[in-house]
Amino acid sequence: MKSLTALATLAALGLASAASADIKIGATMSETGPAAFLGDPEAKTLKMLVEKLNAAGGINGEQIELVLYDDGGDPNKARTFATRLVEDDEVKAIIGGTTTGTTMSIIPVAEDSEVPFISLAGAVEIIEPVKEWTFKTPHTDRMACEKIFEDMKARGISKIGMISGTDGFGASMRKQCLGVVGNYGIEILADESYGPTDADMTPQLTNIKNTAGIQAVLNPGFGQGPSIVTRNFQQLAVGLPLYQSHGVASKSFIDLAGAEAAEGVHLPGAALLVADLLPADDPQKPVVEAYTAEYTAKYNEAVSTFGGHAYDAFQILMQAIERAGSDDPSAIRDEIEKTTGYVGTGGVVNMTPEDHLGLDLTAFRMLEIKDGTWTLVE
Amino acid sequence: MVTKRVTLLILAILVIASPFFFPSSFYYRIGSLIFVNGLAVTGLVILIGYAGQISLGHAGFAGIGGYSCALLPAHLGLHPGIAAIVGAILSGAIAWLVGRPILRLKGHYLAIATLGFGILVSMVLANEAWLTKGPDGIEVPDLGLKDVLELVGLDLSNSQFWYWFSGIAFVIGAWVALNLYDSPSGRALRALHGSEIAARTVGIDVARLKLQAFVISAVYASLAGSLLALQNKFITPDVAGFMHSIEWVTMAVLGGAGSVLGAFFGAAILTTLPQVLTVFQEYEQILLGLVMMLCMIFMRDGLLPSVLRLIRGKDK
Repeated sequence: MKSLTALATLAALGLASAASADIKIGATMSETGPAAFLGDPEAKTLKMLVEKLNAAGGINGEQIELVLYDDGGDPNKARTFATRLVEDDEVKAIIGGTTTGTTMSIIPVAEDSEVPFISLAGAVEIIEPVKEWTFKTPHTDRMACEKIFEDMKARGISKIGMISGTDGFGASMRKQCLGVVGNYGIEILADESYGPTDADMTPQLTNIKNTAGIQAVLNPGFGQGPSIVTRNFQQLAVGLPLYQSHGVASKSFIDLAGAEAAEGVHLPGAALLVADLLPADDPQKPVVEAYTAEYTAKYNEAVSTFGGHAYDAFQILMQAIERAGSDDPSAIRDEIEKTTGYVGTGGVVNMTPEDHLGLDLTAFRMLEIKDGTWTLVE
Repeated sequence: MVTKRVTLLILAILVIASPFFFPSSFYYRIGSLIFVNGLAVTGLVILIGYAGQISLGHAGFAGIGGYSCALLPAHLGLHPGIAAIVGAILSGAIAWLVGRPILRLKGHYLAIATLGFGILVSMVLANEAWLTKGPDGIEVPDLGLKDVLELVGLDLSNSQFWYWFSGIAFVIGAWVALNLYDSPSGRALRALHGSEIAARTVGIDVARLKLQAFVISAVYASLAGSLLALQNKFITPDVAGFMHSIEWVTMAVLGGAGSVLGAFFGAAILTTLPQVLTVFQEYEQILLGLVMMLCMIFMRDGLLPSVLRLIRGKDK
C-alpha cells in the first residue's frame, strides 16, 4: 500500500498548490545534468523576472505564479513534468525544454492539451513544420550559417573549405550549412571532420590548405574542438580568413585558443555578448544592457545567451497575456503568434502563423576577435 | 511467501482501483511509468532473484527495444507494434550472444559484461547520428491502437490509454514470471541460486538455465523500452544510459529482488519519489545510492519480504 500512500501525498501536494492560483506559468528546465550550463541561467532568469514583475504589481492586475521543475536534461522526465504542469498544476503556458531532446518530448503534451509552449532549444525541427502551440526564442543553426555566408559573399569569397565537429552541434550545423550554401553562390571545395575528443586537427587542415582555390575556412563546432582548430590553423600558417560558429561565442574560447591564434577569427554572435560595444542607437542596446545589469547584480555572474532566451520567452509570453487580457491558453497562443516588433536579447521578433520563431538575420552580429576580445564588424 | 494467485489478484486490483484515487489525469502518467518500470524490474527479478545474477546494463536492452520502435517503422515501414516485438527478439538474441560465454564462468562476470554492454549501446545510439539522429533523439510513430479503440467507442485520453495499456502489459509480464517461478526451470533456478555446486550435483545444467533467465529478462527490458518510447513518442539515447540501469537494479533490490510483488513496490516507490521530492532533484542520484546501501545493510531481502517477515514475526 506504500504506493497509495505516496499517491495520496502527491495528491495532497497537488491540491495544496492548486488552491492559490493567479496566473500560473509552468517551466521545466535542465537545471542539473549535462545541460545544466544552459538550464541554470534560464531558470535563474525566469525566477528573477517573475519576482520583479510581481513586485511591480503583476500583469492585468494579477500575480504570476511560476511552477518550475528540473528535468535534469532527461527527456522522459521532461515529458512527465510537462504532463504534470498541464494536468495537475493546470498552468496556462509552458516555458522550457532546455535541450532539443527535452523539447521534442514536451511538444506532444503541449499540442494534445492545447497549452502554448515556448521552447528554449536550438534545433530548427522544433518549429519546422510549424506546430500550432509550439514557439521558440533561440535562433537556429541555419541562421548562423546564413549570417556567415552573407558575410563571406559581401567580402567576395566564393570558394571555401569546411572542417566540422562530429558531435551533435557540429553535425547538425554542418548539415544546415550544406543546405543553404548554394543560395549564396558559395562552393565548398573541402569538407573535413574531427571527433569531439580529437586533440590535433593538423592533417585535416593541411588537406584544406593544399586544396587549390580556397578563400576561407568555416568551422562549425562546439566545445574544445574549435579552439584546437584555431591553434592548428595558426601553426600551419594557412593565411586565410577563419570563420567560427556561434557555438564558441564565449570568453573561454579565446582563453583556450590563445589570444594570438584567435586574432582575426570571424564569428556570428548574439548582441547580448557585446552589449557594451553596440552603438547608442541600436534598438537592442537598452534591452541587453538592462538584462545584463539586473542579472549580474542579482546573481553576481556573467550573463549568457541561454538566460537571454528565457528572458525573451518570458517577455513574449507576458506581452501576449497582457494583450489577450485573459489567461485563456487559446487567447494567449493567438497573441504570441501576433508578436511583432518585440525587441529582445536575441533580436527583433516578428512572428507569423508560418514562422513561430520570428527572428531574421539581424539577430546575429558579425564579430571579429581583436587583441583577445570581441569587436563588432561594420 | 505470497502465492501466485494472491500476487496476481493484488496487482490486478491495484491497476484497476488506483484510478479512483487519482485527483488529476497526471497520475495516469505516473501510473503508466510505474508499470513500465515494473515490467523491466520483473525481468530483473527473474535474473537477480531467481538466478542470482546481476546485470548493470539492462537499460541497453531498453535502448534496443525503444529505438526499434523508432527506426524499424521509419526505415523498413514496419508497424510500431511489430517493431517492438522484433526489438524484443533482437534483444533476446544479443543477450544470448553476450551471456553464452560469460554465464559458463562462476562469479559476477555478468555484471561486468553487461556494464560494458549497456554503455556500448548508449554510445552507439549517441554517436551513429546517420542512423539514430544522435544525442538529440528521434521521433517514434504512434501505435495507432488508441484510434482503433476510439472507433469502437472507447475514447481515452493519451495518459489514460497508456495507463491501461502498460498496466495490462505489466500484469501479463508478472503472470509469466510467476509461472516461471513455479515451473521446473524456476525451481532449478532457485536451487542454483541457493548453491550452485549442489544444483550441479543433482544434474541441473547451470549455465543453460542462467542463460535462459538472462535472455528472458533482456526481453522484459526491451519491451519496457518499447513501451516507454511508444508512449513518449520520442526517444533519446538517455534511455540506455548507465543511471537508468542502476535505477532498475535499485528498484528490484529495494522492493525485494525475489518477488514480483516486491518488484512492483520497488518500481512504484522509486518512480513516485522524484515527483514528491522535486526540490531534491539535484540529490536524486545520492538518494538512490543511499537507498541501495541501507537496503543492503538492513533489509537484504528487500522492503516487501522484510516487512512481511516483521509482521509474521509479531504474529507468532
